[in-house]
Amino acid sequence: MLTQTFMQHALLAGTSVAALAGLVGYFVVLRGQVFAGDALSHVAYTGALAALAIGVDLRLGLFAMTTVVAVLLGVLGGRGVADDVVIGTTFSWVLGIGVLCLSIVTTHRAQGNSTASATVLFGSIFGISAGDARTAAVVAVVLIALLAVMARPLLFASLDPSVAAARGVPVRALGPAFLVVAGATAAEATQVVGALLLFGLLAAPAAAAQRLVSRPWHALALSAGLAVGSMWAGLGLAFAVPRLPPSFAILAVATGVYVLAVVVTSVSGRARTPRVCA
Amino acid sequence: MDVQLSWNLVHDVRQLLEFHFMVNALRAGTIVAVVAGAIGYVMVLRRQSFAGHTLALLGFPGAAGAVWLGLDASVGFFGFCIAAALILGLAPAGRAGEQSAVIGIVQSFGLACGLLFVSLYHGFLSGLNNLLFGTIVGVTDRQVLVLLVAGVVALGALAALGRPLLFASIDEAAARSRGVPTRLVGVAFLVLLGVAAAGASQVTGSLLVFALLVAPAATAVRLTARPVVGLVLSVVIALVVTWLGEGAAYFSTYPIGFWVTTFAFGLFLLASGYRAVVK
Repeated sequence: MLTQTFMQHALLAGTSVAALAGLVGYFVVLRGQVFAGDALSHVAYTGALAALAIGVDLRLGLFAMTTVVAVLLGVLGGRGVADDVVIGTTFSWVLGIGVLCLSIVTTHRAQGNSTASATVLFGSIFGISAGDARTAAVVAVVLIALLAVMARPLLFASLDPSVAAARGVPVRALGPAFLVVAGATAAEATQVVGALLLFGLLAAPAAAAQRLVSRPWHALALSAGLAVGSMWAGLGLAFAVPRLPPSFAILAVATGVYVLAVVVTSVSGRARTPRVCA
Repeated sequence: MDVQLSWNLVHDVRQLLEFHFMVNALRAGTIVAVVAGAIGYVMVLRRQSFAGHTLALLGFPGAAGAVWLGLDASVGFFGFCIAAALILGLAPAGRAGEQSAVIGIVQSFGLACGLLFVSLYHGFLSGLNNLLFGTIVGVTDRQVLVLLVAGVVALGALAALGRPLLFASIDEAAARSRGVPTRLVGVAFLVLLGVAAAGASQVTGSLLVFALLVAPAATAVRLTARPVVGLVLSVVIALVVTWLGEGAAYFSTYPIGFWVTTFAFGLFLLASGYRAVVK
């Protein structure tokens, strides 16, 4: 299995992106920004399709779009979490523009792009090229480093914003900064599992880790570990059963892990009480 | 098909109604707009946008699965949306953060299943985009009938739930202390939301349901604080957005999803601006 080059590329890109998604996802769930994360992942579609319609590199559109939306969400939600109605209305419009770009792509750039929409929506990790895989890995490492720099204050600010602010943590700046990292993560993960499914990679390992472990740093590490594990198991499963799309296999394993975590914690009665009442 | 928009409105409307598919699309759109406008308004009051979004997305695997099995797509839309509503409604309420994470996981896994069904059913690529982003062609007579029945039942149930639902939505604790079965009302409303989302999916596609479910209601909330006026306003806005969107899609080369979301968002911006100026 490992001798296949497409599998090596898939593993390289998949592992780095999964680790990143596990880490970012933990903070997204902890901060209660699940809907914002969802919106960020869906607008990635419009970014990619807009890039295709203009004729530039797909990744440029992905990163530009998710960063812009992340900044917008951060600014709109200046006093805490952005209004879910505003998020919903805005992102459905952004997706509408994505549909417009899709119709431009399919009518004006007929060649070889008929599958572009499906690829962006659902990913194509087995089709990733060596260069793309390497770029994805490098970007993921940079983003993990960024997150590591802000992890301590971010954790503090997420658990108890007012105390953190009193201690001199720049709570207001951290919110948008984290959303930008989350947006870039969405752009990364779109290339692996697609804009529609990446959200599961963010949420499932994080929610499972939160159930299993109560100490934040352990949960953070466990979340990354579960994400990477789901990625490997999913890739292996998709390789063994060619009829299964890899994105489906990855998501199915991640969901299974969460269900397992729920079962384990409720059987042993170990369901953790949250350490802080957000 | 050669259609041209002119200044003669009567002529335009005649062109619009010339083809049977367009009449069906308008019929379906009208039914869906009324239901989505009304139920969406209550959804916005209850702050359940994320649940509504997830229910709408889960119509996609339902429809994809139904097509794969050779069934009617509307069976899949309604079946999956209602089933998902029951799951979300009956799932034990954990703490707030995890609750929304669970919704997210259900959503992603459902979409992944949709992908699986699509890939099991080969040659479905254009159908994929139609399921996700809507289309004005291809609404059948039977679909319109199903939508009509579902819409009437949903609106009837909404009216029956009306007072306790509104009470529970505005002040849950007070409602519970007065003996309103808030949990039951909540589950019943989620099922209605599932019906509305499934219906709207068939016009705007699963991904863009928000244009009919959230945007008109959010616009109405910005214009009036009175529940009944707001509900009516929400329905009217949803109707206007749908008719304009379908008309624009008919006369232009661009898809309905783009037009409906753009009109909905434009009205929302206007209303937000209006409120900012007035206040």
